[in-house]
Formats: sequence, C-alpha cells, structure tokens
Amino acid sequence: MTNHWKDIKNTDVILVMGANPAENHPCGFKWAIEARDGRGAKLVTIDPRFTRTAAVSDQFMQIRPGTDIAVLGGFVNHIIRNGLFHDDYVKLHTNATFIVGTGFGFEDGLFSGFDEASNQYDQKTWEYERGADGYVKRDYTLSDPRCVFQLLKKHFSRYTPEMVARIAGCTEDKFLEIAKTICSTGTADRVGTIMYAVGWTMHTTGSQNIRNAAILQLLLGNIGRPGGGINAMRGHANVQGATDHAIVAGILPGYLKVPNPSQTSLQAHLEDSTPEPLVPDTVNYWKNYPKFMISLFKAWFGDHATAENDFAYHYLAKPPGDATWLSIWDAAYQGKLEGFITLGFNPLLAGPDINRLFKAMSRLKWMVVIDPFMLDSAEFWKAPGMDPTEIDTEVIYLPATHWVERDGSFTNSGRWAQWKEKVIDPPLGVKSDTWILSELFWRVKELYEKEGGAFSDPIRHLTWNYINPREPTLEELAKEINGFDLKSGKLLSSFGQLKDDGSTISGNWLYSGSFTEQGNMMARHGTADPTGMGMHHDWAWNWPLNRRILYNRASADKEGRPWDATRPGIQWTGKEWVGDVPDYGKTTPPDKAGAFIMTEEGVARIFNPSPFFPMKDGPFPEHYEPVESPTANALHEKVPNSPAVHYYDGVEETLARNTKDYPYACTIYRVVEREHFVTSNVPYLVEAMPDFFVEIPEELAREKGIENGKRARVWSKRGSVEGVAMVTKRIQPLKVNGEIAYTIGIPVHWGFVGINQGAMANLLTPFIGDVNTRCPEFKAFLVNIEKV
Amino acid sequence: MNLPANNLAIKRISASAEPATPGIREMPEIAKLVDISRCIGCKACEIACKEWNDLKVEPTYNFGSYQSHVDLSPDTWLLMRFNELEIDGNLNWFITKDACLHCEEPGCLYACPAEGAIVQYENGIVDFNQENCIGCQYCVAGCPFDIPRFSKETRRVYKCNMCIDRVEAGLEPACVKTCPTNAIAYGTKDDMLALADQKLTILNNRGFAKAAIYDPEGVGGTHMMYVVPHGDHLPDYGLPEKPVAQQGAMAALAVFKRIGAYMFGAGILATALHYLAVGPESPDSDNGGG
Amino acid sequence: MKLSRRGLFKLTAATGAAGFISTLGFDLREAHAASRQLKISSAREYKTICPYCAVGCGTIAYVHGDGGLNTVPSIVHMEGDPDNPINGGTLCPKGASQMSLAISPRLRKKPMYRAPRATEWQEVSWDFAMDRLAKRFKESRDRTFVEKDSRGRTVNRCDGIGWVGSATVTNEDAYLIVKTMRAMGLIYIDHQARI
Repeated sequence: MTNHWKDIKNTDVILVMGANPAENHPCGFKWAIEARDGRGAKLVTIDPRFTRTAAVSDQFMQIRPGTDIAVLGGFVNHIIRNGLFHDDYVKLHTNATFIVGTGFGFEDGLFSGFDEASNQYDQKTWEYERGADGYVKRDYTLSDPRCVFQLLKKHFSRYTPEMVARIAGCTEDKFLEIAKTICSTGTADRVGTIMYAVGWTMHTTGSQNIRNAAILQLLLGNIGRPGGGINAMRGHANVQGATDHAIVAGILPGYLKVPNPSQTSLQAHLEDSTPEPLVPDTVNYWKNYPKFMISLFKAWFGDHATAENDFAYHYLAKPPGDATWLSIWDAAYQGKLEGFITLGFNPLLAGPDINRLFKAMSRLKWMVVIDPFMLDSAEFWKAPGMDPTEIDTEVIYLPATHWVERDGSFTNSGRWAQWKEKVIDPPLGVKSDTWILSELFWRVKELYEKEGGAFSDPIRHLTWNYINPREPTLEELAKEINGFDLKSGKLLSSFGQLKDDGSTISGNWLYSGSFTEQGNMMARHGTADPTGMGMHHDWAWNWPLNRRILYNRASADKEGRPWDATRPGIQWTGKEWVGDVPDYGKTTPPDKAGAFIMTEEGVARIFNPSPFFPMKDGPFPEHYEPVESPTANALHEKVPNSPAVHYYDGVEETLARNTKDYPYACTIYRVVEREHFVTSNVPYLVEAMPDFFVEIPEELAREKGIENGKRARVWSKRGSVEGVAMVTKRIQPLKVNGEIAYTIGIPVHWGFVGINQGAMANLLTPFIGDVNTRCPEFKAFLVNIEKV
Repeated sequence: MNLPANNLAIKRISASAEPATPGIREMPEIAKLVDISRCIGCKACEIACKEWNDLKVEPTYNFGSYQSHVDLSPDTWLLMRFNELEIDGNLNWFITKDACLHCEEPGCLYACPAEGAIVQYENGIVDFNQENCIGCQYCVAGCPFDIPRFSKETRRVYKCNMCIDRVEAGLEPACVKTCPTNAIAYGTKDDMLALADQKLTILNNRGFAKAAIYDPEGVGGTHMMYVVPHGDHLPDYGLPEKPVAQQGAMAALAVFKRIGAYMFGAGILATALHYLAVGPESPDSDNGGG
Repeated sequence: MKLSRRGLFKLTAATGAAGFISTLGFDLREAHAASRQLKISSAREYKTICPYCAVGCGTIAYVHGDGGLNTVPSIVHMEGDPDNPINGGTLCPKGASQMSLAISPRLRKKPMYRAPRATEWQEVSWDFAMDRLAKRFKESRDRTFVEKDSRGRTVNRCDGIGWVGSATVTNEDAYLIVKTMRAMGLIYIDHQARI
C-alpha cells in the first residue's frame, strides 16, 4: 500500500477492483465503509462477480475476467477527453511533461523494439529525449506530440466507451456511470483511492494492471495524498514482510537486486543498479544503492567481506534467468531440481495445474515440509489416484511452532511492522522455524568443515553471532536487520546513516529505524492520533522511517501547501515539513527537488522507460486477452495475448486455444470463512463454509440442466473438479464482442488433507504467468461444465 | 468476577405468579443495533457467538448458498441468512443477522410454564435458564421470530442470551465486539435509537428513500434493532412485518401452571402441555442445519 | 423449582436488595440472575497479531495459569485488541476463531519420514530428521553446484535445491531464511507473494 488501512477513511471515492476486501480483508474494509458513511464517499466495485463487497457498494459493474486494462484504459481516455485530470499535479509531479525519443511507437498491438525471435522487447526505443545538458527535455504546455501526455492521449484514445463495453462485457451506459464517479477526483479538494489485490496481479498482464491504476491515480492527482494512493491488500499475515526481506527470487532484502552472471564484479553490479538523475535537482534516492548493498554484505559475511574481495560479492549466486515460482516448478518438472524445502506453505494446492505439480513433486529426490499442520503437499504421494509404490521422493515432515508460540513482527499491507508477544510455550517436541533453520545451517556447515565439497566459503563464513547459535532470538535478528554502526557499536536510527565503506551493517536497509537505541519501535502501543487523520505514528513502526504515506511530498503543491487543507499529508512551514514523516528532506524547500525522490526523474512515471525498474511488456499498459480467452482481441486481432509472455517447455499443449471445447471463462478466489488451506484445520470455519462449490450464472445452469444445490463438474484442458452447484444471479451473462459470454467462479480452499475434503481448484488453472512477475494467470482461464 | 447481583436486576420471570416488583434502582435498557447496509455477511458474529459461548460445531453442508446452516439450532444461536433478489432491475444480496431480538414484551417468557426458566433483566436481555427449563417448547411457539431451538439431547431450549456474562462484566456481546464493519453497535437503547436516526439520514442521503428502523411495536420494541435499507422489503430480510407477543392465554395460566408443576412434577406436565400446544413431535422438528 | 449452584452462589452473595419473596422463600430476582462466570476474568493478557491476512489486526490472547513453574498455561480465549488502531478490536470470522487454530488438536508434534516408495509415514526423531535433511541437502548442493557458467563467469550457484515459504513467518525468521539460503547459494527461492 502507498497509504495504510485506516487512511482509507479519508477518501471521497473508493475503487475496489481486482479485489474483494469484504471477503478477504474485512477488518481493513471497515475503513472503506467508514468513508462511505462518515464522509459520504462513493464505494465502487468492479468485478467478474457480484461479491460481498459489491453487496455494500454504491455502484457495481460486472466485467469479464482479464479485461481490467480495457476498463482502466477507458477511464484514462475518459479523463483526458473530458479534461478531468488534476492539471497542476500532473505538470508538477508526473513525467507527463517529459519528451520521449523518436524511436518510440505502438502499432497493431506491439510497442517498438519487439523481437519476435525472443518474444522480448528492446527497451532502448522507449528512452526519453535528452537536451544538450544531458537532462531530459520537458514541455510544460503538454502540447508537444512526443511528450508523455500526448503519447498517453493517443495510446488510450482507442479505449472508447464502446470499445470498453465490447471487451469487458459491460454496457456503455454502465461504464460511463461508473467513470463519472471514478474520474471525479481530479481536483484539489477531492481525492480517491484504489483497493486492489491478486485479482489484478494474477494475470499475464498483471503488472500492467497496476501500472494502469498508477496512471489513473496520477492523472487524478491522488498519489501521495491522505485518502488516496494505490493500495495493495495482501493475503497472508506477513506476505509484505517476507517480500521486504526477500524470500523472493530476483531480489535481496530491501528490494536490492540479485546479481546476474554478466555482472562479473561488484562494481559492475552497482553500476547497473544505481540510477543517474535524469533531471537537475532530483534526489534520486537509489543513488545510495551501494551503501545498502555493502551494508548487507557486511551483515552477512562480516570480516570476510572486505573492499579487497568486493565485499564478498562472489559469495552470492548469480542465477541465469528467472527463478520464481513457476520456474521452480518447471525445474522440478524437467527433473533438474533434486531437493525442495517448503516452510509455512502448502505449495501443491497453491497451483497452478496441480496435475503438473504432482508429476514435478514425484520427480524430486527429496522434499522437506515444515509446518505446524500436516499438509496435502507433504502427503502428495498418497493423494487420491497416486500410487506411492511408484514414487521415489523421500519426504521429511517437521512440525514447527506457530505464531502464538513465538514473538517477532509481522508487516501488514500498510507496511506497519507490529511486534507480537509470545503467548505460550510450544508443545514438547515442536521446534521453532529459527531452530530448524539454525540446525540445518549448523549441520550443513559441519559437514562441509568435515568433508569439504562445493564452494563452501559463504557457508563457513556466514556471520552467526547469536547468544544461542542454535536458536537465535528474534530480537537479535531484528537488531541485525535494523543495523549497527560498527565503530560505535550503536544501533542505527535511520538508513541515512548507512555507508558504502564497510563501516556499517544492515540486514535490510528498509527496516533501519525499526529497532534503535530507543528500543524496539515495532513493539510500541501508543494510540494517540493528534491530527485525527488516523496516522497513529506511535503505534508500531512502518517502513520507511515510520512514514505512513509514501510519496507524501505530492500531497502538497509547488509551494508546499496541501492540496486540501482539511486533509494535509505534509506541509511546508517555511522552515520545515510538518505532518506525516516527510518523503522528502525534512528541511528541503518545496521547489528544491522533485516529489518522487525514489525515481531518477524526480516525478512519477506515467510512461515507464526506466532500465532500473523496467516493464518488460511496454512503457504503457495495453489490453491483451488472457492466454486462455473466450474471444478475440477487439483492439488487435493479430496480437491477442501479451506478446512477451514466457511459455515453459511443454506447456503450450496444456492450453485451450479454442472455445469449442472450453467455452466459458473461469476465475478462482477465496471466501471470507477460509484462508487458502490452513483453515481446513479449524472446525468453526469448516462449519461456516463446508463444501467446495461452483458458482454458475442462472442462464447457463438452465441451459445445462444444473440445479442449485445439486452437483456439477467443471473441467479445463488440465483437470477436472466436481462440487455443489451454486446457481446465482450474482454472475450475469455478458455480451462480449457481440456474443453472450458466461463466467464461472470457483473457490480455492479444498484439498485431501483436512477436516473435510473437496476438489482442488488449481487442478484447472494454467501454468502461465505475468510477463514481469510470472505471477500465474489464476484469474482468467477457460473451462467447460456439465451437470453430474 | 463477582459483581453486585443487582447488576442484573430482574424485570420479569417466567411462570411467576407475582408481578415483577420494581427494584430500587433505575437501570438503563441496553440494545444492539444492526445496520444491514454495513453488513458484509462475513459471519464473524456467527463464529464469535459460537466461540464465546463454547457452542458445539455442527455438521453442515452447502445447499447452494453462502449460508452456513439451513436454520438456527441449539448449537447455533446466530445465523447469517442470505437472499439474492432484484429490486428495480438492480441486484441486491440481502444478508440478515438472525438471532434473538430480545423483545421488550417477550412472547417466549409469557408462554413459558416453568418458573424461572426464562427471565428478563431490567436491561432488556431475555435469558433462558436451562436449569429450570422443562423442555415443553412453549417458548418456541410463543416467539414471533421463531428463535428458540429445542435440543433433543438435553431436552431443553436454547437461544442467544446477548452474552449476558460479558454484559454483566461491562463488556459488549461477542458479536458486537467482533463485527469488522461496525455493522453491529451496542449501547443504551436511547443511544442506539439516536444512532439509528443518524443511520437513517445517511441511508436517505445515499438514495435509500424507504430505509427504516426495525423496532417493532407489537413486541414492545426490541433490544436488537435493525436499520434496514429497503424498509418496504421486510419479509425479504426475514423480518416479520407485524410481530406480536402473545401473552393472553398463557399469562392467565401462569399461576395454575406453576402450582401444577410443583404438584405433579415438571416432566409430566410438560409433556402434556407440550402435546396440547405443539402437537406430537415430528422427527425433523429440531433438525436445524444439515 | 431447582436452584442451581451458581444460582445459590448468587443468592448467598446478594446483600439485602429489596425484593419479593417467592413461595419457596427465595428472592427470585437474585436466584434467577444466573449468568455464567466470565471465562476471561482471571486470565493473563498477551498482545499478538492475527495470523491470517495482512490487515494486521491486533488480537489479545487470554491465558489461564499464573505463570508458575508447575503449570502449563493454556489459551482460553482470543479476541480483538481494542487499542489497535487498525482493527479497533474487531475480527473477521477467521480471526474470531483463531484460538481454534492456535490450540488445535490437529497440530503435529513429531517429525515424520517417508522413505522412497513407502506407503506410510514413520515417526522419527528430530536428530534423525535433521541429520537426513543436512546430508541430502549437502549431496544435492555438491552435485548441482555451478561455480562458473559456460562462458567462464563466476556464478557460484546451487541449481538443484528450491526453497519456498513463507508469508506466514515473522520478519525476523524471513530474514534468517534469506540469509541462510542465499549463503547456501540457492537461486530458487520464493514465497506466497505470487500466488
């Protein structure tokens, strides 16, 4: 989230799209309801289903799964055509004024620079045009045909209400009614927010869905402001923290980058990763990248990380390419992965294409499952239909503690790290994650010390200065994450104190300030809210530096006055910024630097050509059909799907490329009574939502002779599921490209190990992912259905 | 916790010959207010109720609805009911919290022949005291909202007691505390009525011209009230339009019943009265939920 | 009329409230004021955070047992922390039932081992399980470790082991996972963020 949960109460318009917060984040959703009733905010839901969120919304529009960019693009077009953008904000705080080079173009569904052989873009053609001073040229009149604003206008001019309706299946009238509300916040006295979740990310165009939301919010001047922003609602207690600390392929703690093989020295890696400013007077905060990276090396390898050995740069692995979720499974499927460790996770049920995952698991030599509960993943070898005597995989199950048996912090969607107390001791025989991890580390290290083996320096030299090396306390780890000054031995209070000479350590620069000489800031319980804005700066701690609203310099105008004095983010007193912790120099005058200190442009990117944070599928979003789509791409028939999608070996034949056998769009989701799979251990929750079910539009059910409460079977090209038919008005037939299109909905919560059993939704889903993140396309694929 | 007993001063007692004598204290009435326009049907209240009251898990099945149980039961005192319907071409998903409304004129209490099995406190809560229940199920027949449920296992009747143990200790009921969207409010009845008025204004401003407060007169008002967005669709929410507490015949019988109970033993009388009032038990009469 | 024990307790605790006397000589209004004891009345409170989604609702766990050496404390109830500005004491159905997760009888207490082609688990000791894991880990690492790629560049990576999870561990454990597994040279590292 750019903002945080309670801040949503400060808004005038809430767009819920790609999300169902009433269902998945009920206690956070209260702040949307609070805005609705407290300030008369309009609550708008756009979704393939009429959800429990829709039930309390002021406006609802049903769309076909996978058409979010068509709708968001329609809003962008509506704003520009009707002059509804926040003019001052756009000129001051975005790159709308930047001139793009002559190499950029877009034609017939392809951006410039596309290489058909590799299915990849060369992003060089998207670069800005530079002036003689080396800085990017700008046109503050927004009239240059090659300024970002004009390119944006042209790009989205195709997204007319008629086109939106044709693609998404809504009516033009409905779209315009919704657009009127959503696009009403482009003024200083109004602000709107967006609440989204994996309904946007789980598409082959997932990252561009978010980009499009950013563009919409930038045009309306809603980023950085209280009551505004783009708010990603995350689905596990610490999915934010686990990402910040980088249990993620491709990044290191604090969103530092995993080096690649071509970066043969630390210098090469730092040069590739440290942006140069594109305009004068910009903070360009990532210029500090080397300080963060070297402090991380020092945290991990201590005295073994020296200037002479590139701070142990070569202790880190350089992956040859993508190593994310789908690539891990692909490696296992191809027989390249020998061992697989899973902790606090039920990866088999998580999918996609569980039948493929069964095969992949069966090809592992060994697998370790660490969890408080027995999991379907651990018992894959005795799942219904599997023959254990044919499966060679050795499996170890380790019972671990869970949250009440340990202290430590969780970071919520709003970036608040909250420290929890330990409640009870674990039962005898149960070990903590920390113990298991330490034990694994020590035993492997001892084996290397005894036997030797493949390059073991990083293991033998890993810093492990904990009082009990076999089970460090979480406080010790929190302090290491925060970082120390090695000379004084004092805890740091800010990442501003980090150095690139090896004299500071920090396990994650973003969390510097979370555990200082003043104590554990994450454990604070101050309830004061002096401004009434819901910021509660004394409650817990959030990154970065307890700044509750990211980019908050953009909440103020050129002179540093809040756009809306009744809802200030920060404001300039003439000497300093007051309000929230400023996302800007505390005493830097408002005209001295761009508001967006993390970008090399100093402003927010409507058009993204950045080689440091690249979009692999275009500097603007474009509507592409899901890889499995029930219809043609109405914008460019020859380029139906995102051209840069990666197809893993052997996946193409598992995809439905026609609608004859698989005519209906299907989407999967959670319900409020369950959370993925762990709740199958909770009797009250199983009671509240007992059985796997299939939501079917009334018209389709009638056509197929399926009765409510009876059973139906749904199958894709990859698998088949059967469950209770829930025949409903809440999914209406849509008119898409002139034809009737049906959507079927399936919840994800069942498996074969649990209080009760049910069909696994991910038997159906395709093994294909977003161009940028490889987040699987769970939210839109093709199926067929019949009565049982 | 041992609060002064008068914290739960009693207003009415079932099958008691004597009228409830006013106590020396004036106690405010309390109430819950359910704002249906804020309810997301998440069932947090349903589960918090079961969890706080240590109610048993029942086997359920999906019968083509998001609703967890077909009906209330001795082990499920609160049930979220789901109903899809179109009004003026717009789809609505009516989700109603179904549980005891704690009537000011409690039909269950008036109908009850067992002394002290049902009491009403000065604060308005109507509580079933299972120690005194004789299992006759008159209360079931007497309730205009079809709330009390008979347990074949214990041969007693159960329903929501508004977490009287919490209320006694100065805490709000479990369903109120947990409600994620503040759809359930709790306080004095006067405060809840004032809040209901504010909510009505909000709903009117949002275009719900027929929004209404549900605090039916026929039962003397209730201590769980609703704010209903579509006040012209009460039955679609599962709310009776004109509920009435039947107190005539049963109230007149009260003295006889009580004396009779002492003379003949509660069990025999209960069976006889039950047969007269309800008829023979059918096998599925208490088959709440599946 | 049957007077319950708790009713009697109420009765004896009653202190001269004006009342009317029933046929049996008791003050009925006291006798029937029979709510059960508040189950959290003498419990110790701990502040924790709900383990489900990432709203981050504050939760209070109520624990019986005064912490004395001879007692195994048990959680008797969990509900929202009213001080927490995010949830203000509220909890969704999952949060409201989190005690059932925290002290579930389904929680496992023993490491289990499944040999290749075995049809059942066998219970094993921690020592056996960790020893086995460390050995297999090292074997696979040694077998699949790449020091230089085909172009002679130093890559120092282990291609043969994957680690997934978790979005449910604390920040501190998440950090330790990454520190340890990156040091081991793993590249296949991911958690639930994508799914």
